[in-house]
Amino acid sequence: MTWYRRWAGDPQLVAICLLLSVFGIAMIYSAGVLNVPSPVVERAWQRQMMWLGVALVGFTIVTRIPGRWIEWGAVPAYLVGLVVLAAALLVGTGAGPAESVGRWINLGPIRFQPSEVAKLAAILGLARYLASREEPPANLRELVVPALLVGVPLGLVVLQPDLGTALAFVGVLFAVLYWAGTPPLYLFLLASPGLALILSFDTRVWSAYFLALVAGVYLLRFRLYLVESAAVVLANLAAGTIALPVWNSLADYQKNRLLVFLDPGMDPRGAGWNLIQSKVAIGSGGLFGKGFTQGTQKRLDFLPEQHTDFIFSVVGEELGFVGVTVVIAVFGWLLLRLVQLAERTTDPFAGLVLFGILGVWLVHIFINVGMTVGIVPITGIPLPFLSYGGTFLVTCWALVGLAVRMAREE
Amino acid sequence: MKIPHPNIRRARARGAAMILAVLMLILVGSFFRSQVVRGTAWALQSDSNRLRVLPVPAPRGTIFDRYGRIIADNVPSYSVSLFPAAADSIAHTLERLQPILNLSEERVETLMESFRRSRRQPLLVKMNLADDELAVLEELRAEFPGVFLEMRPRRRYIGGAALGHVLGYVGEISAGELESPRFDGYEQGMIVGKIGLERQYEERLQGIHGVRFAEVDAVGRIVGSLQGQAARPPRPGDDIHLHLDLELQQYIHEIFPEGMRGAVVALNVEDGGVLALYSAPSFDPSEFVGGISRERWQALNEDPSLPLYNRAVVGKYPPASTWKLASAAIALEQGVISPTAFMPEACYGSYRFQGRTARCWNPSGHGHLNLAGAIAASCNVYFYQLGIRVGLERLVEEGNRIGFNQQCGIDLPQEEAGDFPDSLDWWQRVHRYRPAENEVMTMVIGQGPNSQTPLKMAQFYLALGRDGSAHAPQLFRSAGNGPAAGAAAAADPGVPEVAWELDLAPENLAALQDGLRQVMSSGTAFRSQVEHWDVIGKTGTAQHSASQDRPHAWFAGLAGPWGGAMEIAIVVIVEEVAPGMGGSSAAAPVAAKAADFHLRRKYGMEVSEIQTVAEHQAAGIPTPWAWNRMTTLPSLDPANAADPADAADPAGDPYPADPRP
Repeated sequence: MTWYRRWAGDPQLVAICLLLSVFGIAMIYSAGVLNVPSPVVERAWQRQMMWLGVALVGFTIVTRIPGRWIEWGAVPAYLVGLVVLAAALLVGTGAGPAESVGRWINLGPIRFQPSEVAKLAAILGLARYLASREEPPANLRELVVPALLVGVPLGLVVLQPDLGTALAFVGVLFAVLYWAGTPPLYLFLLASPGLALILSFDTRVWSAYFLALVAGVYLLRFRLYLVESAAVVLANLAAGTIALPVWNSLADYQKNRLLVFLDPGMDPRGAGWNLIQSKVAIGSGGLFGKGFTQGTQKRLDFLPEQHTDFIFSVVGEELGFVGVTVVIAVFGWLLLRLVQLAERTTDPFAGLVLFGILGVWLVHIFINVGMTVGIVPITGIPLPFLSYGGTFLVTCWALVGLAVRMAREE
Repeated sequence: MKIPHPNIRRARARGAAMILAVLMLILVGSFFRSQVVRGTAWALQSDSNRLRVLPVPAPRGTIFDRYGRIIADNVPSYSVSLFPAAADSIAHTLERLQPILNLSEERVETLMESFRRSRRQPLLVKMNLADDELAVLEELRAEFPGVFLEMRPRRRYIGGAALGHVLGYVGEISAGELESPRFDGYEQGMIVGKIGLERQYEERLQGIHGVRFAEVDAVGRIVGSLQGQAARPPRPGDDIHLHLDLELQQYIHEIFPEGMRGAVVALNVEDGGVLALYSAPSFDPSEFVGGISRERWQALNEDPSLPLYNRAVVGKYPPASTWKLASAAIALEQGVISPTAFMPEACYGSYRFQGRTARCWNPSGHGHLNLAGAIAASCNVYFYQLGIRVGLERLVEEGNRIGFNQQCGIDLPQEEAGDFPDSLDWWQRVHRYRPAENEVMTMVIGQGPNSQTPLKMAQFYLALGRDGSAHAPQLFRSAGNGPAAGAAAAADPGVPEVAWELDLAPENLAALQDGLRQVMSSGTAFRSQVEHWDVIGKTGTAQHSASQDRPHAWFAGLAGPWGGAMEIAIVVIVEEVAPGMGGSSAAAPVAAKAADFHLRRKYGMEVSEIQTVAEHQAAGIPTPWAWNRMTTLPSLDPANAADPADAADPAGDPYPADPRP
């Protein structure tokens, strides 16, 4: 097994990811077992196997890159990330379930999602910036640059529009800032405009929240600069008041997804369909599930996107609560392993990159799994290692390679 | 950035781990809520998602005759229907089904029309699929979304037209029926009994329809078998066993005068069970199964001979001479005549009472007659005197008691009550006059305001064949599933309820039967005697206003083995017989042949084609047995006949003397 240890770098992390990838292929196979077979979905598991091969090669290459190169290359990589994102807005094409959305760039035979590259770029850029500083951010003003570093690619992704992936950038920002030692109070204040935006859908709730925030800022007057306090209050006020214009600027399908999240019965045959059928699939799985490949919701084509975004619904329907718990536990183990690796490393840049990866995956896992069971809105982001999709699998394994590379002491 | 102290890193890692743990627990918790706490509800939803309920009609109960022979049962048949869908999709599917099911263009158009009328109901495309159509559909099921096959038991009537009126028929439940309280719990599209026994015993025969589930996918395509999976099997309806004799019924259908209208009712003397109930012309109930065509329905309804009209229970005819037995029974009951005594006035062709002269049918007269002789000769003059003794009021009263203006209570959905005055007030109410006492001369010979159904007359003659009591005639004999169940029930017939009773001493009944016997042996129906059985009865020829020269021909009588009790009561009416024909020539042969057939079968004798004296004569076979009867019958023996002088002797006459000079 020494060759495995040498190849994997971190045997535990790679083992978890291999386990998840193989399980993912099995679930993709199951997702293709339909009563009225669809040729595309039926063969998806074979293509996913091929992509896993590609991903493992990618992983091997990434782990062989010297750590210094990565640190040096962080800034250029960040810039490249911005460029491809901008390019995507100009020449991007739609594909798969999101055909009307320009998320893809075609490079001859290869097609990739710039937002995947941008995630990596954002992680590296942010980690590089924070590692280069002497001290952790000690006030709100020092969070402006990190927020902008993430905010620019995030904004470009929102313009695509791809809300789900945009949330992954938020995850990166907060995870990296947390590990850099930013006081939780500042993280909360940074997040508060976003919170205000969500709460603004109910004026009374938002008003109460806003008054509490103002009171809190007043109590903290000796720890905050006046400018900072004003900025926080104004940002929250703005978030609360611009909610309506923002809402109006959303695309119809985005509005529908939010509305349906609030009331899935609103249009059961239309916008609510995905959510309702996913909840039915999961709920009817019960404790032990209907059995591998036996899910009726999936088999009879009630479940949408069953091999991509809603692969976890298949897990829920066929393997039941027991299977779901095991899979979530394995995901938890994966994330915890990243925390452990970050704790162990003595290189500040490496620790920050590891937490950036953690941020991306945490958002993907929580939002994807959460949307299948109806606790977060449907945002159309895939589940790492399980969802079908070549670019995404390769990106995930590249991140695994990056994590292994960063975790290795030199 | 300086690398933080390991303790600080550990604290941050612990914080991160806590956050992760909380988020993962939130996920697990919401799955717990959805899958374990509310799992059952979601599982139901998942089933209702994928399963469509298809009703499975229950086979109706089988109807058996008294010998366990099947009269009505079911054969499997398949029908093909479409689930509701968009109009385009229905039209497209029909277009592709057209060559497979051999649907005509018009049929497809009609189907589209009925689809547009009720878009939410499954559309029944074709019933009674042929085997090859069925096979092709099952094979191509993947290409036919929304098509489902349904096994419907199809009613099969064995007896054909012979049993049309008794059985009735089944059909799809109508909108009106669905609203009536009787059909509570019935659903659109169910097959129910429309008339006849099918209607009468609908609840018993119906059964409880079962349920099948067809698994459908998200776009409504049926996956798996087009017939679905059985979830709850239908509970077949209960079988019923009838008193009816299938072969007798068929035999009557065969021998009933060709092209004539009329009815035959045969009752079992023992228990009042209906052995045969036939109305001519008849119809074949099989025509109604699966829907009768509009043209055929119209033809049946517009036929002037009214084939859908069950004459045996709703046809009312003046009973004419057959009613003289009722007059005689009432007089005997009242004690105003003696069965052996002669009437004081001999018949000279007419009789005068209270200024009214009424004729006998035979203008040359019958001379002195006692009861039996008067019945045999059907002498009106005897009965005028009898009626005067009874009196109009008592005659009407007793006629009511015997139920001549009521229904018999047969177990069929429709039965007419006879027309008969309910009291002397009837004349006042209807004709605005008090009836004179001489009105009795009309009533006593079965004329006047009196018309009866063949069933009622059969019930009356049934009482004469028994001890004077009569039951409500019943078709239903027993419940119990399987052909053998009827025989088991026959072993324990129970005690049928008596509907009414004639208070007649046995010798009085014997005298009435003797009179009826003489009708056959020496009277009007001589040519309808049969060799082996004691067939007795009264003929009648009823004039009616519709056609003066074409009267209705009656025969009402009884039959049984010689020297034994009567076993079958039989009434035959033939409407509007040819001029010169009457009860003895048109109705009596049918009754005698039917009785002969029934008794021969009952006693294991071979059925012969040549039965009556008339048939023997036509075939050139001598009938010494008929001549012998004339001379050996006790009542015809002059030595046994009561002395006319007895009746004339006032001292020996216990009856009131005729008041007339």
